[in-house]
Amino acid sequence: MTDQQSSEKDVIARDVAEDSTTAGIEPGVEEVSIKGRSLASDAWIELKHNPLFWVSAVLIVFFVTMAIFPQLFTSTDPDYADLARAREVPSPAAWFGMDSQGYDVYARTIYGARASIMVGLGASVFVLIIGLVMGVISGFAAGWLDAVLSRFGEIFIAIPLLLGGILLLTIYPNRAGDPYLLIVGKIVFVISLLAWPRIMRIMRSSVIQVKPTEYVMAARALGATPLRLIKSHIMPNSIAPVIVVATIDLGAYIAVEATLSFLGIGLQPPAISWGLAISQASGLGSVRNAPHMLIFPSIALSLTVLSFILLGDAVRDALDPKLR
Amino acid sequence: MARAVEELELGPRSEQWQPTDGRLLDVDDLFVEFRTRDGVARAINGVSFSLDEGDTLAILGESGSGKSVTAQAIMGIIDSPPGFITGGEIRYCGTDILTLSEEKRRAIRGPEISMIFQDALSALNPVFPVGWQIAEMFRIHRGTNKSDALDAAVTLMDRVSIPGARQRVKSFPHQFSGGMRQRIMIAVAIALDPAVLIADEPTTALDVTVQAQIMGLLKELQEERKMGLILITHDLGVVADVADRIALMYAGRIVERAGVFDLYRRPAHPYGEGLLESIPRLDQKGEELSAIKGLPPNLTRIPPGCPFNPRCRYAQDVCRVDPPPPLREVAPDRVAACHFAEDVLAGEAVRTDVR
Amino acid sequence: MSAEPIANQTPTKARGEVVLEVEDLVKHYPIKAGVFRRTVGHVKALDGVSFQLYKGETLGIVGESGCGKSTLGRTLMRLEEPTAGKVTFDGIDMYAQKGGAMRRLRRDIQIVFQDPYTSLNPRMTVGDIIGEPFDIHPDVVGKSGRKVRVRELLDLVGLNPEHINRYPHQFSGGQRQRIGIARGLALNPKVIICDEPVSALDVSVQAQVVNLLGELQREFGLAYVFIAHDLSVVRHISDRVGVMYLGKLVELGDEAQIYARPTHPYTQALLSAVPVPDPTLREAREQIVLTGDVPSPANPPSGCRFRTRCWKAQEICSVEEPPLIPRPDGTSEHDSACHFAEPKAVF
Repeated sequence: MTDQQSSEKDVIARDVAEDSTTAGIEPGVEEVSIKGRSLASDAWIELKHNPLFWVSAVLIVFFVTMAIFPQLFTSTDPDYADLARAREVPSPAAWFGMDSQGYDVYARTIYGARASIMVGLGASVFVLIIGLVMGVISGFAAGWLDAVLSRFGEIFIAIPLLLGGILLLTIYPNRAGDPYLLIVGKIVFVISLLAWPRIMRIMRSSVIQVKPTEYVMAARALGATPLRLIKSHIMPNSIAPVIVVATIDLGAYIAVEATLSFLGIGLQPPAISWGLAISQASGLGSVRNAPHMLIFPSIALSLTVLSFILLGDAVRDALDPKLR
Repeated sequence: MARAVEELELGPRSEQWQPTDGRLLDVDDLFVEFRTRDGVARAINGVSFSLDEGDTLAILGESGSGKSVTAQAIMGIIDSPPGFITGGEIRYCGTDILTLSEEKRRAIRGPEISMIFQDALSALNPVFPVGWQIAEMFRIHRGTNKSDALDAAVTLMDRVSIPGARQRVKSFPHQFSGGMRQRIMIAVAIALDPAVLIADEPTTALDVTVQAQIMGLLKELQEERKMGLILITHDLGVVADVADRIALMYAGRIVERAGVFDLYRRPAHPYGEGLLESIPRLDQKGEELSAIKGLPPNLTRIPPGCPFNPRCRYAQDVCRVDPPPPLREVAPDRVAACHFAEDVLAGEAVRTDVR
Repeated sequence: MSAEPIANQTPTKARGEVVLEVEDLVKHYPIKAGVFRRTVGHVKALDGVSFQLYKGETLGIVGESGCGKSTLGRTLMRLEEPTAGKVTFDGIDMYAQKGGAMRRLRRDIQIVFQDPYTSLNPRMTVGDIIGEPFDIHPDVVGKSGRKVRVRELLDLVGLNPEHINRYPHQFSGGQRQRIGIARGLALNPKVIICDEPVSALDVSVQAQVVNLLGELQREFGLAYVFIAHDLSVVRHISDRVGVMYLGKLVELGDEAQIYARPTHPYTQALLSAVPVPDPTLREAREQIVLTGDVPSPANPPSGCRFRTRCWKAQEICSVEEPPLIPRPDGTSEHDSACHFAEPKAVF
């Protein structure tokens, strides 16, 4: 047996010799190669080689920078209107053209990023925090606690996101002169309040699938605490579907902001947002007369949503060693 | 039901499909590959065998040996892509069925060549009553009316010894035990009185006592209907119990083909020898098992030379360098694919693994 | 418990002290139904199982699916809380332990699972999987020595220590099972519960793993509870064997007693049903083909549970449950739970 076993080892060793990524035999090199390999670091190595990740990451950095420092991208004042130039088509002077009130579409697209990104990211962060925590507790604890949390979530999921937004903003309407952050905060609040059960339900069913697996049982047999089970076994193996759904939903949240503004109960002029721009551009006649008013904010909105979805996909794949 | 009618127009099977000299099936130099993300997996690399009426051929092999893919190729149920049949012929009663249209193949699947699977629970449709699923065979292929088909289903369920068939004909698959489900799947498979029955690991998921019942039933049905039976399994015990002939597969090739008594008495291929030595025996208490070293090869990277050479205890340079040895006759009615088959058979092969 | 040495038999390992004592272990799962999830019955997965495990020996547990053998393994690991009964490990009442004391006890009893594809966390490297026991029990091996110890373990089970950074899916089934064994060995346990450790493996690889388990047992004096449905493998590896049917042990004895002189009809039927890889025995062997299926463990037959499928069953079998007590097997005696126990050589 010993010789058979060692010969098997030889076979494996030969395997390794073919495999150029494995470290050499010298002890010094070995130590380095052994250190600090974890799911996260391997995922990062994987991401670094994924062009989709870079495309989406660059786009996201681009839009976030735009949201924080719009003045870096344009020196035109977005609040300066020149009615004489209203609906001018794109030209070297005004890259994206002018809108119906003579504002520069390019400048307003740049400045409009802030509202959309704040709503999208802000709502996603809160939804994820609440949804993940509730989902893990519900799936892991099972029994009556699960029943209570699930029913509690269903109360919120019964209300459509947009309807909830309309209700809240109708009951507590924005007044002229309300600070910008308060309005954005209200939208983020209503989305977070209504959207978390979706994440919770996905997380819960995912946890329920992972919990009875033998590797979780093996860890329990070793005496692992519930916290450890969740942290190193259940979470990493159940979060993938959440990442995908959360990034798709992020786009939906941005759309909710746009819709609310379009309906006239979200952000109001003089505030600038993609939603408002699209809303104004879709007004009667505008689509035909000045399509550039609609196209450019829409492209910006779509690209932002798309880049988050791409990032989500890339991250999910990187976290699955089987796809490497 | 337009399709069913069309298929019926192919005429009664007895006229179209008649075995010549009792020869039902000829598989000739079959090649199958799967084009995957990780490269081309060569699942079957030149497999040939034949099957006569009333014959039981066991295809024995480990996972990845290509035994199930062989069955899928005969049935015409390989998913393509990623699977592609890249060479060879499968002749059923003299006709190469690989060249037939999908319509015609469908008319063969069921009435002529039928298959039972390892996992009856997933092979049966959970939302239809079992009687309905058996009756469906008659309705689709023979155009039998509903109540006659159901009667035929009851008769079949009786035949495969399901107690209370008449009462249980409307039950759903999950209401049966594993053994009973396997019986139902057998009933579906033999419904149209096929000439060839392929059983892919029919008893692997079952307990030993139930396994014995199912193998007994299969044997009985085969004798009753003169079916050719292809038994695909990894279980050397089951093979020893029921097979007439064995084709031993490794890495997509048949490495030995022989009568069951010959092969168990003395394998001519080192892989067969290693396999027989590595299984613990129920009727004796051994000390250490003699394991085959190493692992079955990755089908995307089959080693050059004889595919078994890295694990073979007799491997010499010729095994690593020369192309894979072809099957050749080493004794009457038995073929093996090893450079040293005669030596292995005589027990005189030289071990090269002892240092 | 017939512990005395038996004449004219291959000498088995000298029986040491009892390391695990199982007394009347019961595990019932409630069956719930209706809107209010009322308990309408119980699945009696384990219904009074008692045995002793000696230091350094292998006790094989065989039975068909649904007989409760896997539940036994999980209850012994305290992955499930028993409904009743007692398990004593080295004099410590296992089910009375809490928190830290229980965690301490877990070092001594470990488990190897059946499915090498689901028993390893797919998102952890092999190094992390085998190193996890030390994260949970940091006092066993300090942080500095951990890497070295993990590599030692990999080497011990016949894997290349360089593969420490690979993920489970990069290994074959047999290699993954070795990883599972290395994890089980990490804390130097005294007892390992092997729950069908080789049944998912290919024949040629199965032998490698069985041999490895044997080798590790000799090297570390481990005691195994080897749960399997494959009677050949169990015979090969076991010193003693227990046969389970519907949540109860029906026969328990030395390997030779169970295989050569079984006295319980169920054991006899089970043994006769196993196909032997020898075509010449085809006609020679008398097969006892049992009719019907195993009854539901939610509603087991009265008296002897095997009586519904037994060819010897009589009046008394439905009334009085036969106890598992030593009964003569021709040469000696061993535990059997049948009113009409008599030895019968099956092959």
